[in-house]
Amino acid sequence: MPPLLQATSLVRRFGSVTALAGVSLTVDAGEVVLLLGPNGAGKTTLLRCLSGLARPLRGTVQLGGADVHADPSARAGFGFLSHNALVYEDLTPRENLRFAAALQGLHDAEVRISEALERANLTDRADTLVRGFSRGMLQRLALARATLHQPALLLLDEPFTGLDVTAATVLRERLMAEREAGTAIVCVTHDPAELWEAATRVVILVGGRVVGAIPRPAALEGFRDIYAAALAA
Amino acid sequence: MNALRAAWAIAAKDLRIEWRSRTAILTASLFAILVELIIVFGRDAGTVSYAMLAPSVLWITIALSSLVALNRAFLLEREHGALEGILAAPVNRSALFWGKWFANLVFVLAVVTVAFPLWVLFFNVEPSTGLYGVMGLAVLGAIGFTAVGTVFSAMTVRTRHAELLLPVLMLPFMLPPVFFAAQATMRLLGGRPMEELWGWLRLLALFDVVFLVLATLIFPAVVDE
Repeated sequence: MPPLLQATSLVRRFGSVTALAGVSLTVDAGEVVLLLGPNGAGKTTLLRCLSGLARPLRGTVQLGGADVHADPSARAGFGFLSHNALVYEDLTPRENLRFAAALQGLHDAEVRISEALERANLTDRADTLVRGFSRGMLQRLALARATLHQPALLLLDEPFTGLDVTAATVLRERLMAEREAGTAIVCVTHDPAELWEAATRVVILVGGRVVGAIPRPAALEGFRDIYAAALAA
Repeated sequence: MNALRAAWAIAAKDLRIEWRSRTAILTASLFAILVELIIVFGRDAGTVSYAMLAPSVLWITIALSSLVALNRAFLLEREHGALEGILAAPVNRSALFWGKWFANLVFVLAVVTVAFPLWVLFFNVEPSTGLYGVMGLAVLGAIGFTAVGTVFSAMTVRTRHAELLLPVLMLPFMLPPVFFAAQATMRLLGGRPMEELWGWLRLLALFDVVFLVLATLIFPAVVDE
């Protein structure tokens, strides 16, 4: 069975700086992959190439067999969530989701929007402007937007940044529910503990190269030594 | 069909946000009125007649207030990184251009709707059928302005000085349509025969077509990282 996501030999440069030096990555359906690495390792650049936001200098990204850069419809297969909420403050949550549904070309939008608002626990605020929402509410809305079209893959770029303990727990529970529903997840993070229990594989990036890709060890403590060794190598 | 639907969704979203805040449209309209007033009071009444000034003033006003209006086109996409939400969606980049362009066109025409009657009033423009023609010219001119402005607005939005860069980049491209439109307006208001007008209209229409096509083609490269 072909992988859900297949990135092959991605190269990306910023001037003389090589952010990605031939990175390849495959993700199977239902997998949860943590992308770890120090600052400047190329994690976010890799995620932006995977999502079609950034175009690699060389290499390809295929989702379900379609090139995400050449074929815009391939991008319907994933949802993108970052530390930015990607929503408009002068629209209500319902209007933000309607806009996202229109971009995804969803036909049963209103039903999905009501369900998404309920899952995000935002039904009672569905028709008030997003301006003034707390960071936690924004991130719940962002996740509702990213999963509205029920993508096969979620691409997460440090989604826990700026969340307090309660909001982070709520987000983690929602992501676990997505995983239970069979959604694959690729998550860029500095702190593997954030999604450790859900992870199936850990990929370590250093200097734009993959220096380690291992199944998630049972204990996070044991992994910290592996991680330190990978960084030092 | 999907691209058209997405373009319409983007335009409707922009117009809804603008309608809700009305900040930019009020600012641009006020700016247009101030430009007209400054020229009225700065005119040497003894040597320059209103009739001589009127065509140029109209187009200077439209060009400058368009700049104010176009500045906000992509700035609202910066809040919470909203532009990335559009770029990560299964939508052709050209649909983003067409949606933004249409919203900008409506926006600029709304500003023109405010500035136009005041221009007629301030510059003693005689009510005539030629005024309908001038209104049509305003639409024709705005189509080209907004095509160029939408591309440059997208280009500058990721820079730190977007508000400063946009006028510097855009004004050189506004010179030809302002010149064509002012010439056509002068002839329309002067009641000159249509043969004298056609050449300028064709040039203005050509500018619109060329820049709409060019903008559609280069826009994906502008918004891609």
